[in-house]
Amino acid sequence: MTEALSNPLAARDHARGQAGTVVEAMPILPPVANDLPADVQADAILWEETIAAGGYASRRLPRGGRLRLIDLKGDACASMLIFNAEMPTERLNVADTVKIQWNAYLGAGKLLLSDMGRVLISILEDGAATHDTFCGTSNAASNSAKYGNGANSGPTPNGRDRFLLGVAKHGLQRRDVHPCVNLFKGTRIEADGAITPQIGPFEPGRSVILRAEMEVIIVIANCPHVLDPREDWTVTPLRATAWRGPITAEDDAIRNATPEGLRAFQNVEDYFRR
Amino acid sequence: MSVDPHLSCLAGTIVHDGVVPARAPWLHHVTKGQTLRIVDLEGNQAVDFLLYSAADDTERYSAQDTVAAQNNLFLRQGTVLRSNEGRPMMTIAATSVEYHDTIGGACSCESNTLRYGHHTKSQHACVENFLEANLLEGRGKRDMVSNINFFMNVPVEEDGALGIVDGISAPGLSVDLRAEMDVIVVVSNCPQINNPCNAFNPTPVRMIVAE
Repeated sequence: MTEALSNPLAARDHARGQAGTVVEAMPILPPVANDLPADVQADAILWEETIAAGGYASRRLPRGGRLRLIDLKGDACASMLIFNAEMPTERLNVADTVKIQWNAYLGAGKLLLSDMGRVLISILEDGAATHDTFCGTSNAASNSAKYGNGANSGPTPNGRDRFLLGVAKHGLQRRDVHPCVNLFKGTRIEADGAITPQIGPFEPGRSVILRAEMEVIIVIANCPHVLDPREDWTVTPLRATAWRGPITAEDDAIRNATPEGLRAFQNVEDYFRR
Repeated sequence: MSVDPHLSCLAGTIVHDGVVPARAPWLHHVTKGQTLRIVDLEGNQAVDFLLYSAADDTERYSAQDTVAAQNNLFLRQGTVLRSNEGRPMMTIAATSVEYHDTIGGACSCESNTLRYGHHTKSQHACVENFLEANLLEGRGKRDMVSNINFFMNVPVEEDGALGIVDGISAPGLSVDLRAEMDVIVVVSNCPQINNPCNAFNPTPVRMIVAE
């Protein structure tokens, strides 16, 4: 092998010979999906990617864009950061998200709010119901303690260091990695404040559909939940599909569901009044 | 000489002792081994609190790492306040209030428009205090993360319902924080007047540092 690749053209041919390889976790270009919702045109698709177990992805989505996440095998954990793409100092504020909606448990109809009083993303459909706004993600120290290694270069990467790479791809830095939400792995809070994790594994194929209410950058890390009680680092691939959709209309049910949420939409509409 | 009850059981030499006026920000560097005592002078006053590592301020308090590491939402005596890298920044060495909040975040002009209506947009808010203090040292909006609310009570019900409810603090109650590394403490003495966190009446708090 090394003999055959001893000149640049041979190395080029070897590299080109890999074209067309299909693996489990990869983006599909151009994107195609045979299971889009019936009312979505095939040419509206923006993104089709399977994110590896322990992997990460980041993507800019247009206002009105839909993002469907599917926990393909029942053990994905989609830890997510969200930024206003044109002004990334505006980002998801988990505390405001739970405080303003008077509830900490995410589900269909809930909003993911920014620190500027605007809704970044709303949850259109939720086939999972096990999500977490409290625990954040793992870091190098927690994964080292639990699995012996937490490095991006190692076998058991941690969520925070995946986020660092994800935000860096959009020119962002360590100080931009903010508190996150976790989709598919959940927590419930007991009366004394104790946190009960809901780790599964769950049935394969549970999905969540999100709607971008502003042009956003989302960064997703797919690493085990920080309170996953299993000794082994356990996580399975996560599928992401995005498509274009209409900007939320004035008569939208989610927009009008609560007075606090309506004002968050009005603040978005005011931001885009230009 | 009369005995100051706010100094009771605080060991060591006092190196700082001051009052933060109602509604005001406060920034102070606390070195490893020093203890910061916060006294709720008049009772039911939320003290919004952020921490940064003095050596590298991209390492900062993380509410999520703190609650995940102790498997519990409430900050009690013995709670280790952890950074975004999971390292201990401060420890709650003592508290005369049963528990403190770290999920409710800080009030802002913008979030006030959602919670109460656009008529509150011009009211002073904790994020304004945090920004004003952080800007003095080159930190800004990207450095805002979920904070601690000392003396604030945010229960979570079985269905996930939560809210800021009447305080469980009282005049003269305090919390002692021992620094586990050199830290920058940034405080907003909460100016909120639209919910019970300050009993609808912001009041001063006292900050004492001993070593």
